[in-house]
Amino acid sequence: MSIIFLILPVTLFLSAGAVAAFAWATRSGQFDDLETPGIRLLHDESSGKARPTDQKGEREAG
Amino acid sequence: MSPKGGQQVSAAVEIGTPAPVRVCPPPEPNCAHCGLPVPAARLEPKRETQFCCDGCESVFAILHGAGLTEYYTQRGPSDARNGTPQRSKRKFEELDEPAFRQSRCQPQVGGALSCEFFVEGVHCSACVWLLERLPRVTPAVFEARYDLTRSVLQIVWDPTLAPLSEVARALDSLGYTPHPTYSTTLAAEQRKGDRALLLRLGIAGAAAGNVMLMALALYSGEYAGMAAEYATFFRWGSLAIATPAVFWGGNLFFRGGLASLRTRTPHMDLPVSLGLLAGYLGSAVNTLRGQGEVYFDSLCTLIFLLLVGRYLQRTHQRRSAKASELLNALAPTTARLIEGEALREVPASALRVGDIVEVREGERVTVDGVICNGGSALDTSLLTGESFPEEVSVGDRVHAGTSNLSAPIRVRVESVGSDTRLGRLMHSVETTQRERAPIVRFADRVAGYFVQVIVALAAFTLLVWSRLDASHAIDHTVALLVVTCPCALGMATPLAVSAALRAAARCGVLFKGGEFIEELARPGIIVFDKTGTLTEGRLALVSWSGDEALKPLVRAVEATSGHPIARAFQRSIAGNDLRCEAREEHPGGVRARIAEPGRDARDVLVGSISFVRAILGSLPIWAINLAQAHAAAGRTPVLVAIDGEVSAIAAFADTIRADAASSLKRLAELGFQFEVLSGDDQRVVDAVVAELGVPLLNATGGASPEAKLATISALRAQGQRVFMVGDGVNDAAAMAAANVGVAVHGGAEACLSAADVFTTRPGLETVALAAEGSKRTMRVIRIGIGLSLAYNALGIALAVTGRLDPLWAAVLMPLSSISVVTAALRARTFTQSSTP
Repeated sequence: MSIIFLILPVTLFLSAGAVAAFAWATRSGQFDDLETPGIRLLHDESSGKARPTDQKGEREAG
Repeated sequence: MSPKGGQQVSAAVEIGTPAPVRVCPPPEPNCAHCGLPVPAARLEPKRETQFCCDGCESVFAILHGAGLTEYYTQRGPSDARNGTPQRSKRKFEELDEPAFRQSRCQPQVGGALSCEFFVEGVHCSACVWLLERLPRVTPAVFEARYDLTRSVLQIVWDPTLAPLSEVARALDSLGYTPHPTYSTTLAAEQRKGDRALLLRLGIAGAAAGNVMLMALALYSGEYAGMAAEYATFFRWGSLAIATPAVFWGGNLFFRGGLASLRTRTPHMDLPVSLGLLAGYLGSAVNTLRGQGEVYFDSLCTLIFLLLVGRYLQRTHQRRSAKASELLNALAPTTARLIEGEALREVPASALRVGDIVEVREGERVTVDGVICNGGSALDTSLLTGESFPEEVSVGDRVHAGTSNLSAPIRVRVESVGSDTRLGRLMHSVETTQRERAPIVRFADRVAGYFVQVIVALAAFTLLVWSRLDASHAIDHTVALLVVTCPCALGMATPLAVSAALRAAARCGVLFKGGEFIEELARPGIIVFDKTGTLTEGRLALVSWSGDEALKPLVRAVEATSGHPIARAFQRSIAGNDLRCEAREEHPGGVRARIAEPGRDARDVLVGSISFVRAILGSLPIWAINLAQAHAAAGRTPVLVAIDGEVSAIAAFADTIRADAASSLKRLAELGFQFEVLSGDDQRVVDAVVAELGVPLLNATGGASPEAKLATISALRAQGQRVFMVGDGVNDAAAMAAANVGVAVHGGAEACLSAADVFTTRPGLETVALAAEGSKRTMRVIRIGIGLSLAYNALGIALAVTGRLDPLWAAVLMPLSSISVVTAALRARTFTQSSTP
């Protein structure tokens, strides 16, 4: 039963990681627009310039 | 967004090329771009692809040239029917002004700039696809990204390769007219607020989940037995997690509670903060002491659920605000400045007094000034509510916001921007809005009493238990405060409101804030504007005395004009393919020569009494009598003379909306009373009121915007609840002064920004829907609050008698929340066809 003294902090540590990831995602604007990316995904990128992945969020966070 | 879509479709029908009468039914080929049937006049039998208009043809050519024909496979079959691309054909020169670049563009790496635009005409995913392929149409653009939620396109381009106006023209030529976003700082601030709340929500949710797990262990320990060291460990763990949740996640409530204390206005945040603080402090002290109860799980769940309510309400409220912001950006902000021989499109702010600007037909005047060249008819309905166009010539004053209908004019600028009559009117809208007392919500009023009762009960519990059993007095008091922390009470309103906002938007009613639902739920006096609100806001042919065979002739004469009377002829009489041989437009009428097949050309005059009389010299008695009878009944007479003889008299009137009478009856059933307040002539108002057949308190004509504002203020001073329903700028100040201002579909931008509620569908049925739905929403809110008070009564009874332990609190709280949430979300509030 005393394993709980180890497991609980580990769990909390993992949760903290998830929260940190969520905080990053929110701050970098991943949840700002929930509609367009779904549509964008359906468009095949047949040709054209390489698209910078997500500059937008980083710019706004800065 | 639905308001835009609707307008565009109707605009396309109006502006599109007149459908010609087909001599023999041809096969019906569809336009290769938009999919609409191709008019017979544009059919080119030898070609493989057919187009319904020049717009479609040029977009098709651009797409082929840029290798973007995939657009046609990207869109679904139903998307193709969205109509002809609408192009503004503006030059967008104002975008190249250094001032614009400085205020609206952000520098990017490598000398590139980025800029945001609202874009018109995006209706399907293929449009998004095409917009984001803008770099292939205009090589100067590096990147284009569209945000559907905000209807905003972000462009990164190289200013050394092409000016921004060229990029804007490229967008326009594809049928997506760009408009600079209204305020980038405001949007950025809102986004920051959204993100902060979402982050708070996430942290509170994670904390609630983890604390609940530990609480579960503690509860099982209480019943099955648990070694003291484990219990202590779990309590300390809970404390560690609950601390950030309470002080980071919940500081929203503490701030609200403090503000409520400082301003001495009741607010739901006050009892919430009280419960949170007491629960946290009590539990923390008990953790330190190593004995007594802890409520960390209840507190965290509470914060999480309350934040969910807040977040939902904020998102739904934002939707309506966004729609009005978008429309705001569509207001005309540029003018065509004359410099010697040259013309230049400049932002209105760059104009100086004494400058001369040109206003072409179909354009809006951007300044106040005096006409120095040309004469035309002006549509002043935006400013005055007058439905008939005003004839103006050299020396006459024109005002910003009026539309030039028939011929180009040149105007010497006298005042610009906020100094114009329109600007002063908008200023009074702002001040009136600021001075309006904030609405104290029903839930907040309840909260005010709630706090007093709870504090009294807590004092009572503390007092009684310190006599009976001093060691448990604090514990019981904390238990009372925790269990009465009004989670359900605090959630009932935001959830019911957010569900109602969503349902209302589906029915075509956009509320700018939940509090207006509460205001609209209680009946009062509704003051209606006439032009464009009770009526269609455009003229229709209501009477024709004369030979029916003359109609096609008149239609042909009026086919190319933008004058309201001409438009009304175009709408009311079926199209034909007659061509004018000569045609001249004068203030007050049109003179043309026109030949029907197999007949000699005839001289046709169409115009007002004075215009026809001036040319013919005199008029027959019957024509004068008939025309005057029409005028007396509030209709506009138009005379038609063929070869020097009056042969027909048409009468035009602004017809009442088909659903006006039925909607007013529905509102009357809810207990509303009505008044009509119009800038139009009293005779016209009387005619409309008589036709409407609904009892009114008052019907006033000839009211200026200032008089409307005064009337509303006077009514409010008498203690009446006043609602203003209108569509024009002349109603804006009155709307801001009313308890709730409602702008109907198609209203002016200024009016939409002053309104608290606006409808996205034509007609007045939406106003009735809004009132009925608001009433039902308030019932849902009351039920929710009643339920939560019942739970609280139960909790108080348990706590005061000292029987409430944390397990009971943990069961009671989610139970009350779930039942309140279900009641709020399952309720039918705003529905399409319904009886209250």
